[in-house]
Amino acid sequence: MFVVIIVLAVLLGVVLIAGLAFLGIYNGLIRSRVRTNEAWSGIDVQLKRRASLVPNLVETVKGYAAHERVVLENVTRARAALEQAGSPGQAAQADNALTQTLRSLFAVAENYPQLRANENFLALQQELSDIEEKIAFARQFYNKNVMDFNARIQVFPNVFIAHMFNFQPFEFFEAEEAAREDVQVSFSSTTAT
Amino acid sequence: MVEQPVLIYDRVDQNRRNTMLLLVGFVALLAGMSIVIGLVVGLPYPYAPLLIIPFLIFALFSYYASANVALAISGAHEVTKEQEPELYRTVENLCIGAGLPMPKVYVIEDGSPNAFATGRDPQHAAVCVTRGLLQKLEPLELEGVLAHELSHIGNYDIRVMTIVVVLVGLAALMADLLLRLTFFGAGRRPGNRDKGGGAAVIFIYVLAIAAAILTPLIAQGIRFAVSRQREYLADASGALLTRYPEGLARALEKIAADPDPLEVANKATAHLYINNPLREHGSFLNNFFATHPPIQDRIKLLRAM
Repeated sequence: MFVVIIVLAVLLGVVLIAGLAFLGIYNGLIRSRVRTNEAWSGIDVQLKRRASLVPNLVETVKGYAAHERVVLENVTRARAALEQAGSPGQAAQADNALTQTLRSLFAVAENYPQLRANENFLALQQELSDIEEKIAFARQFYNKNVMDFNARIQVFPNVFIAHMFNFQPFEFFEAEEAAREDVQVSFSSTTAT
Repeated sequence: MVEQPVLIYDRVDQNRRNTMLLLVGFVALLAGMSIVIGLVVGLPYPYAPLLIIPFLIFALFSYYASANVALAISGAHEVTKEQEPELYRTVENLCIGAGLPMPKVYVIEDGSPNAFATGRDPQHAAVCVTRGLLQKLEPLELEGVLAHELSHIGNYDIRVMTIVVVLVGLAALMADLLLRLTFFGAGRRPGNRDKGGGAAVIFIYVLAIAAAILTPLIAQGIRFAVSRQREYLADASGALLTRYPEGLARALEKIAADPDPLEVANKATAHLYINNPLREHGSFLNNFFATHPPIQDRIKLLRAM
């Protein structure tokens, strides 16, 4: 009788600990996923801002350089592609394409002194370059979160829970070219006291 | 060789643990001081520890007011996006990269280049730069400095530092009180309970003087040790954020080489700044109590990244 009680108590303890561990891991995964989604919306906001400025820009350029049709159409098409992009991977691709077309548009604009003197055009140009920079920073934050989440669902005990609840890895938001080189930071020498 | 967490969330957890430890240690120290003060004033034993309550209220009050006090005594004024578009935008962009809410942005009208961050958490944070910093630094250097300051915010260093500063101030206040009490004889009043036991009174006085001398020393030591570690860490996480450690390295060089002293800085606010605004002569003791690691070491580490 006494032995049975001990065995039951031990079993109960094991189940309790396993349950708590399960809860901890599951909540950790959920939290990480929420953060990554939040980081994604940080990029998404900037992409939408960028897309919403394009028609205005196209109209302004048309006023001075209407016959640069090909360049203008490319920009409009790239914008439409960006608005339809679903996954982060597609969005990244469409955004990179838009960056390219905008770059050629601004290169063409160099040939129109009156356009370059237009205040509206200048303001748009500045705002677009600011958004481009914000996208770069938002991408950095998002990718860091993706890396963390994807690693979390692959390590040992988590991988079972991730399978059970169908946690899928996130796609990275990749830039066309590395505008800034990656930095290797070594903490080991700085933390030794 | 401690492995450093990569994501800011993990480092925040770590900082929270350290803050808890610090708090427990300090509260124990203050409780001890309260008891000693209580005994010196002649309170009966069970009531002596209650003295800690008014001190804790004082501490809480200073904790919530500290950011505004620091900004006010530095003579900083808040700026909008329209007034300082470049500064504001850089802060905005770096916040996106670090996943932080936008802090308030302040400028000190002073020619000496320097910067600091303050507040009790990222939701109540402020970054502050001097006019000299805006004038003397290139955009990429400014970005490096701001990334360093935002790292202090993101790592919750500002909270730890605020708590430490408040508690160090409190410890100094109590030590001061204790010294006055023992020297000017509040305990020697007639009607003191310890009338009979001369040895006990002497023992309490020795204890009180020892506590009065040691407490602020210990507190300062803790504060500076915490402060220096955090500077290295903020340099490193700032470099991760901008992906360009050279920017901060060059900014630090310029700041170190600048001859203007920051007029609005004093001993109370020195630990806040990116580089020590008070140019002291390097001696062993100064090095031990230095709020910042030597700037050459920081530049060397940044260049090695």
